[in-house]
Amino acid sequence: MTAATAAPTHRRQRRAVGPLTGLRSLLRLHLRLARRGILIWTLAVLVLVPASIYAMEDVYPDQAALDARATLLDNPSAVMMTGPFFAADHYTFWAMVANELLLYLLVPAAIMSILLTARLTRGEEESGRLELLRSLPTGRLAPSVSALLVVALANLALGAAVASGMLIGGGGASDSLALGLATALTGLVFGAVTAVTAQLTEHAGTASGTALGILALSFMVRGIGDVIERDGSWLSWFSPLAWAQQTRAFVDLRWWPLLVSLAAVAVLLVIAGRLSHRRDLGAGLRPAAAGRAAASAALLAPGGLTRRLVGGTHLAWGIGLFLFALAFGSLASSLTDFAENLPDLAGMAPIRLDDLTGSFSAFVLMMLAIGPVALAVSGMLRMRTEETAGRLAGVLVAGTSRARLAGQWFLVVLLGTAAMQVLLGLGVGIGVWSATEDTAWIGEMTLAALTYLPAVALYAAIALALYGLGSRLAPLAWLLVVYTALVTFLGQMLGLPDWAMDLSPLQHIALVPSEDLEVMPLVVMGVTATALALLGLALLRRRDLAAG
Amino acid sequence: MTSPEPAVHVRDLTKTFGATRALDGFDLTVPHGEVTGFLGPNGAGKSTTIRVLLGLLRASSGTARVLGRDPWRDAVAIHHRLAYVPGDTNLWPGLTGGEAIDVLTRGESGERHRRRREELIERFELDPAKRARTYSKGNRQKVALVAALSRDVDLYIMDEPTSGLDPLMEAIFTDEVARLRADGRTVLLSSHILAEVEKLCDTVTIIRAGKAVESGTLAELRHLTRSTVAATTDADPAPLTRLDGVHDLVAENGRLRFDVDDRALHDVLPVLTALGVTGLTITPPSLEDLFLRHYGDELEPVTEDAS
Repeated sequence: MTAATAAPTHRRQRRAVGPLTGLRSLLRLHLRLARRGILIWTLAVLVLVPASIYAMEDVYPDQAALDARATLLDNPSAVMMTGPFFAADHYTFWAMVANELLLYLLVPAAIMSILLTARLTRGEEESGRLELLRSLPTGRLAPSVSALLVVALANLALGAAVASGMLIGGGGASDSLALGLATALTGLVFGAVTAVTAQLTEHAGTASGTALGILALSFMVRGIGDVIERDGSWLSWFSPLAWAQQTRAFVDLRWWPLLVSLAAVAVLLVIAGRLSHRRDLGAGLRPAAAGRAAASAALLAPGGLTRRLVGGTHLAWGIGLFLFALAFGSLASSLTDFAENLPDLAGMAPIRLDDLTGSFSAFVLMMLAIGPVALAVSGMLRMRTEETAGRLAGVLVAGTSRARLAGQWFLVVLLGTAAMQVLLGLGVGIGVWSATEDTAWIGEMTLAALTYLPAVALYAAIALALYGLGSRLAPLAWLLVVYTALVTFLGQMLGLPDWAMDLSPLQHIALVPSEDLEVMPLVVMGVTATALALLGLALLRRRDLAAG
Repeated sequence: MTSPEPAVHVRDLTKTFGATRALDGFDLTVPHGEVTGFLGPNGAGKSTTIRVLLGLLRASSGTARVLGRDPWRDAVAIHHRLAYVPGDTNLWPGLTGGEAIDVLTRGESGERHRRRREELIERFELDPAKRARTYSKGNRQKVALVAALSRDVDLYIMDEPTSGLDPLMEAIFTDEVARLRADGRTVLLSSHILAEVEKLCDTVTIIRAGKAVESGTLAELRHLTRSTVAATTDADPAPLTRLDGVHDLVAENGRLRFDVDDRALHDVLPVLTALGVTGLTITPPSLEDLFLRHYGDELEPVTEDAS
């Protein structure tokens, strides 16, 4: 009962406050949130870069093999999928590494930065956790600065992994370092892009989606720019990916293009900072409009909720993929020019000279089909999100059975991705038509696109079966998608053995129209998909639901 | 009021998650046409029980019958006859409140439902045109309440339904539940707010660590509790201390204060009369006391969360 203690003992000395107050503890928190992701990305790169280099050494042991590779690559579709062709006349091994591998380091770095930035900025704000942090003695800028520092750190780690990977593989020191730095800075550019998009919308999902769209656009702009001129035209320079590639590492290294990346980061961050001053916590720049006071008949129809939840994503990606398909398809004419200059191509590559346009379009279709495949899986996994968020119980108690709900979900996702495949086929067809003035391509490519439907259904069914087995297992379906993308984009360059290529379902689809349609694989995939979907539904009826 | 089988009948129910026993031989009976309170601290197994009753979780052992059926096998048939209010409502951020209500009441249609929906939206002062992401917790809870209460069903299962509601809305909720009872509907109301249960419930089941520790009407349960007696007298209170069932006696400046087991009350009154009491108040037990007596000194270890 004595009043000996004059001051509260649990409060520390008050310090001066500024816009960055609390930065240190926020950094610790953000690092704690992000450390596992950063570690996984970094380790993956650290392993995959030397592994790829060793695999390429095996496939291209001497200059003759490299020269053949160079000839094969000297065409628009290859330029789209690799990089500016600086060493066409003397294609050294390391020029090949820089040309063919770098793009596939830049894109993951960009994706990692986009997802991480969106999560640490708008994601934290959307969930209301930022509000809690801001109520502590925390400076106004501290959360964003801390998030961006963590993103920068993640990119540094990734860049260091790239550089070390190159060094382990036997690359020269300064060129390896340049590629590492280029990867880190490109990642950071897209992190900064996301910092801006995160200011514009209220949702982390929309923020990262927009940024991913900008990444896709950059990919396309860089490709088309480099097709116009093999070592980069004025158009290429509009793409952040080009800035990294224009360092000409392992050919004729120059550092200054990286200054463009650095300047872009600075400008974007200033824009993001300005925008953040103009809005309230939790709000976007545009206020959300009022909606309907009652549900429409469409929302209450079977599968209506699923359509509402995944439809927006499907529509946005459908438009994006359609534009991609158009752009790729219209490249066909430059291919034909190229074939005339190179009469002995057929001897070196499995591309059919008599049907160059056909085989190119078929390859483009396979590449673009990764889009619907990924959306089929993400669409099914949305059901898992609904379950873990506790929203599924309400729908079930309203009187729908689990199997019915999941079955309808599966069908809605399938219909959405099927529509997307049709769009892809139409896009490629219209593109080729615009280049060749032959209308038959439109119908032919659309039909060719439809041969992918059983495979797309198979991916969705695998996701459904895993989801039925257990909510935690469902994300494993992404592994197959990533593997498929790896095989489709890099399989040939890495010289993967046939059995490893065959693990990707897409590899079993004939490259219509340049190859004859093979019905058997499609039937097998269709039947397997149906069986797995039914298995998934049966399993789902037998397990506990996670929450709600 | 009597029916061959109660609306909810749970016997010896056990649910394990790995090594955790969320429910451990739990019993629960919800008679038709009554409001049954379901009390217990956080993590005692209330939500797990409700999820078993909704057919979302499968019982590890024991039986659960809801409206005469097995909730795991006949979930859909049962869902047509019950409505559910979760304690922490999570809504689709992109849907408006009104749209969410309609999604959650998909089976209902017709003019009567529409009018009831409008009435409830008005009573709970909800703006149905706003997107769910802009709602506060209280508003999300109102969406769940409007959706469940607007359904014309036999059984209403509510898992801490008033969390996040302000006192005004709580009063409206209380009123709506009273109307349900007057209408002969059955309600299972889980709560850790004792005043709410005391106001609304005919019978109460108390759960702790996955077991039913007490169950019965409020009157029955009060027999287990102690009333507080305050009296004014100048006499020596020593005779009181000799009585069984008198606790914590304090005598100061002619004022007496003690707790008495309710079943010992009629032994105490003659003694008080003999002491020449000039003022007397007997405060009836609240469920608060009941609760504290069950969990009082053991409250701390109960921290695990069953969900």
